[in-house]
Amino acid sequence: MSCIEQLKYRLYLERTSFKEAREYIEKNSEEVYYVDPGYRIFKDYYIIGIPPVAMGVRGKELLFTYVKPCHGTFVMGIDSDEEIARLRENEARKVKGSLKKADKAKAESSSPPASFAEIYRK
Amino acid sequence: MNQGKSALLVMGCPEVPVQISMVIYLAHKLKKAGWDVTVAGTNAPVKLLKVADPESYYVQKMADLDQTIADIVEKKYDYDICFAFMHSDAGMTYGATFSAISHARLFAVVFGKNAEALGESIDYPAEKIVAVATHNPGPLKNKIDKVAL
Repeated sequence: MSCIEQLKYRLYLERTSFKEAREYIEKNSEEVYYVDPGYRIFKDYYIIGIPPVAMGVRGKELLFTYVKPCHGTFVMGIDSDEEIARLRENEARKVKGSLKKADKAKAESSSPPASFAEIYRK
Repeated sequence: MNQGKSALLVMGCPEVPVQISMVIYLAHKLKKAGWDVTVAGTNAPVKLLKVADPESYYVQKMADLDQTIADIVEKKYDYDICFAFMHSDAGMTYGATFSAISHARLFAVVFGKNAEALGESIDYPAEKIVAVATHNPGPLKNKIDKVAL
């Protein structure tokens, strides 16, 4: 069992579908981030989910989905400055990574076109 | 031919009877074909399996579901094939997770009363084995027997 159940948590939705839980987070968070299934939070909980997996920030509270095979999906909220900071850092890394990729693609596409003289020589 | 290759069977909630029956059947079948088989689940299905197979004749390796996910995410271990059993939204969600974290060839084994609708809603990479089966394992067994590994 994950340590999450030992933490001080609030439940906002219980025994619902993953889709409804995701929509709740998207509608009720000040900031929404999307992570891959398997994203780790609170030391030993690996997020279970159907991509895109939404995680929300509301004040000091982290909103996330918690899935149990026999009970469905729950939306939980736990106060954690540390996890919120980690989530924002994770997002910043993703944006930086995609910007690098975009820069690389731009550099490749902006290489000078072959000159007529070079082609003619061939 | 399959010697040394690893198979993971992921059990969902055990409330639909055919699951345990099919897990034991498939684990035995894979083992006989040379696969190294691990069955993962939460406490409830693992207890059912241990009582049904007290001498570990059919299933030699059992693992906690959360720990299995942690090991795959942390790249401590992965499998060649994975059969994820599911009959509910939560089961589908676990299937999607395995599809995302593991490099295994994934089979989504969908059963229960709503198997067809659930099977249609799977939009992650997985080979679907779908049968409307709750008490009678026959339809699911027939489909599993047709899987070429």
